[in-house]
Amino acid sequence: MKSDPNAPKRLAMIASKGTLDWAYPPLILASAAGAMGWEVGIFFTFYGLPLLLKDLKPKVSPLGNPAMPMKMPFGSQSFQGINWPIPTLAMALPGFNDLTTTLMKQTFKNKGVASIPELRDACLEMDVNMIACQMTMDVFGFKKEDFIEQCTVGGAATFLEYAADADVQLFI
Amino acid sequence: MTYQADQVLDCSGLSCPMPVIKTSKAIKTIEIGQILKMIATDPGSQADMEAWSRQTGNEMLASLKEGDKFVYFIKRSK
Repeated sequence: MKSDPNAPKRLAMIASKGTLDWAYPPLILASAAGAMGWEVGIFFTFYGLPLLLKDLKPKVSPLGNPAMPMKMPFGSQSFQGINWPIPTLAMALPGFNDLTTTLMKQTFKNKGVASIPELRDACLEMDVNMIACQMTMDVFGFKKEDFIEQCTVGGAATFLEYAADADVQLFI
Repeated sequence: MTYQADQVLDCSGLSCPMPVIKTSKAIKTIEIGQILKMIATDPGSQADMEAWSRQTGNEMLASLKEGDKFVYFIKRSK
């Protein structure tokens, strides 16, 4: 039961992953919920915490992502449709993560998908409440001034109190 | 059926969730009772715009398909 029955709908999310691919779901959902007039809070913890860095440059690796399609964002339609069979060992070569990141960014851009910095800006414009996990900051050596100034710092109890009053709670 | 729009927003080429975000911004720039026409190419915008309309309480007057474009007429209700 919500403490204020007249309050707008609320979405509470935990963002625990900071790669380019996994940065999308929380930011897409947060900005869409904000656009619908919902109140939104995201708790950035563990590997999700770097998404709050002022200089936001998430990357993606095909290693450990066995279902990731390996497709090219250029060339003819039939060329773009090829799913390249890349050997796992090749994915570990230096520069492969940068290549995958570049290709994924280009594919998303071609399809009209907003970039991660654009989506984060849209969230901030809609007053999405961004909470940095204090414990993760201590563990990984981040300081409050490393992050965007709109974020606040909190812990598990801070998030739980916020989530207790939410209509939708997601762990990503 | 079409309506006389007070403002037109073109979201062609944009993917989820940008049409919804841009619509929510644009609707705030018109007066209550006025009509926003939004054009999109994202097929997912059909279901999304209906949901957005229900959640925000702004009235979806018409949701049309014109060739490869999706056209929405939305009345600002509050």
